[in-house]
Amino acid sequence: MSTGTMFMQLGKGMFSTAEIFFLTLLFSLPLGLLVSFGRMARNGIIRGISKFYISIMRGTPLMLQLLVVYFAPYYLFGANLRGYRFPAIILAFSINYAAYFAEIYRGGIESISVGQYEAAKVLGYNKGQTFFRIILPQVLKRIMPSITNETITLVKDTSLAFVLAHAEMFTIAKQIAAKDTSVMPLMVAGLFYYIFNFAVAFAMERIEKAMDYYR
Amino acid sequence: MGAEVLLEINHMSKGFDELDVIKDISLSVKKGEVVSIIGPSGSGKSTLLRCATMLEKMDGGSLIYLGEKAAWEEKGRCVYAKKQELKKIQKHFGLVFQNFNLFPHYSVMRNIIDAPMRVNGVSKREAVSRAKELLEQLGLADKADAYPCQLSGGQQQRVSIARALALQPKILFFDEPTSALDPELTGEVLKVIRQLAKEHMTMIIVTHEMQFARELSDRIIFMEQGIIQAQGTPEEIFASDKERVRAFIGKFQS
Repeated sequence: MSTGTMFMQLGKGMFSTAEIFFLTLLFSLPLGLLVSFGRMARNGIIRGISKFYISIMRGTPLMLQLLVVYFAPYYLFGANLRGYRFPAIILAFSINYAAYFAEIYRGGIESISVGQYEAAKVLGYNKGQTFFRIILPQVLKRIMPSITNETITLVKDTSLAFVLAHAEMFTIAKQIAAKDTSVMPLMVAGLFYYIFNFAVAFAMERIEKAMDYYR
Repeated sequence: MGAEVLLEINHMSKGFDELDVIKDISLSVKKGEVVSIIGPSGSGKSTLLRCATMLEKMDGGSLIYLGEKAAWEEKGRCVYAKKQELKKIQKHFGLVFQNFNLFPHYSVMRNIIDAPMRVNGVSKREAVSRAKELLEQLGLADKADAYPCQLSGGQQQRVSIARALALQPKILFFDEPTSALDPELTGEVLKVIRQLAKEHMTMIIVTHEMQFARELSDRIIFMEQGIIQAQGTPEEIFASDKERVRAFIGKFQS
């Protein structure tokens, strides 16, 4: 295979990788916030369920979770879902990353002093306003470095989608490498991952800078 | 004084776990009055303030603002009014914290106008013009665009006073407003409170600044072990025949 074709194919794979990346962030960031609420709930049952959820998601391999999410409908209910492959990947990634994000959110939320809540209460803010206007912006600033870490890990983790034979960059690189008996496609894929992450780190740094106007 | 009673507390009690922090406190504050609450640490002063401002739920007694009941006793238990009622009652008072508790991600201006706009539905233009007036009055006219982290402690505390005043409360509570400040900065905050007293703002101030309390207050309350041990005009308190009161005040004067 010519180098040009290889780059083209890997480029297509890169697009698919980016798709998994952005969709996972889109779903897991809000879901993680919800799970963190559950984790901090006053109700012991909700708290217990959330804790269990986080423990399972963090305690088992993401690759295994991908397989379970994809094959469970068939093995459990005999359901043969068409076109379920890609949704399964997004679902598995989202519920896995939500667990990690939940703990990051929790750490951030618990680090805000109780005085902020009290000031908001005395000024008459309701609970929603207090959280979304006063607490969350401060939380986001504090957790940004941890979010960056997770986000960078996610870029690399997208390669795990190869277990479901999804044509993202890593899967394609492996195929070409096998066919051409060359390590070149893997090197190029590595370079692409690195560039992607470089861009992610750059973007996150900009966001952190934008929130730098206060302490 | 025939002035209207703004705050009435009857037989307030409050405990944490086994410990009774407030045993039985009754207190009423009239319009325009400045009341200082003094006493040793752990005497229940701050808890009293936190119960009065509904940051803490009291265990027993009643709490009434301008004749509107926020909490009262029913069959030996303390019950609070409905949420809607409490929201309304809460508008009657403001609170200035020891640690300011400004919102760090908001500019000074935003700190002051946000609550009037979001909570009371005041228009932005009106909120801003009122905020400018307040900042002018508190000597912070040039700080509107600054962020709290760029200000000294004294400036931050003055902003937090402006933030409380922006909601036009009828009573303003201060919880040791100068305890986190050095003497120089303390002076500039006390000056503002003095100015408010001149404008007949009704204030309840928990403080360790004895001279300040003496000069400013219409009434001083000495608290210890969860009860009011003595109260009266500054002259009465500073010339108290109660040995404990004299001993406490004396420590601050030496």
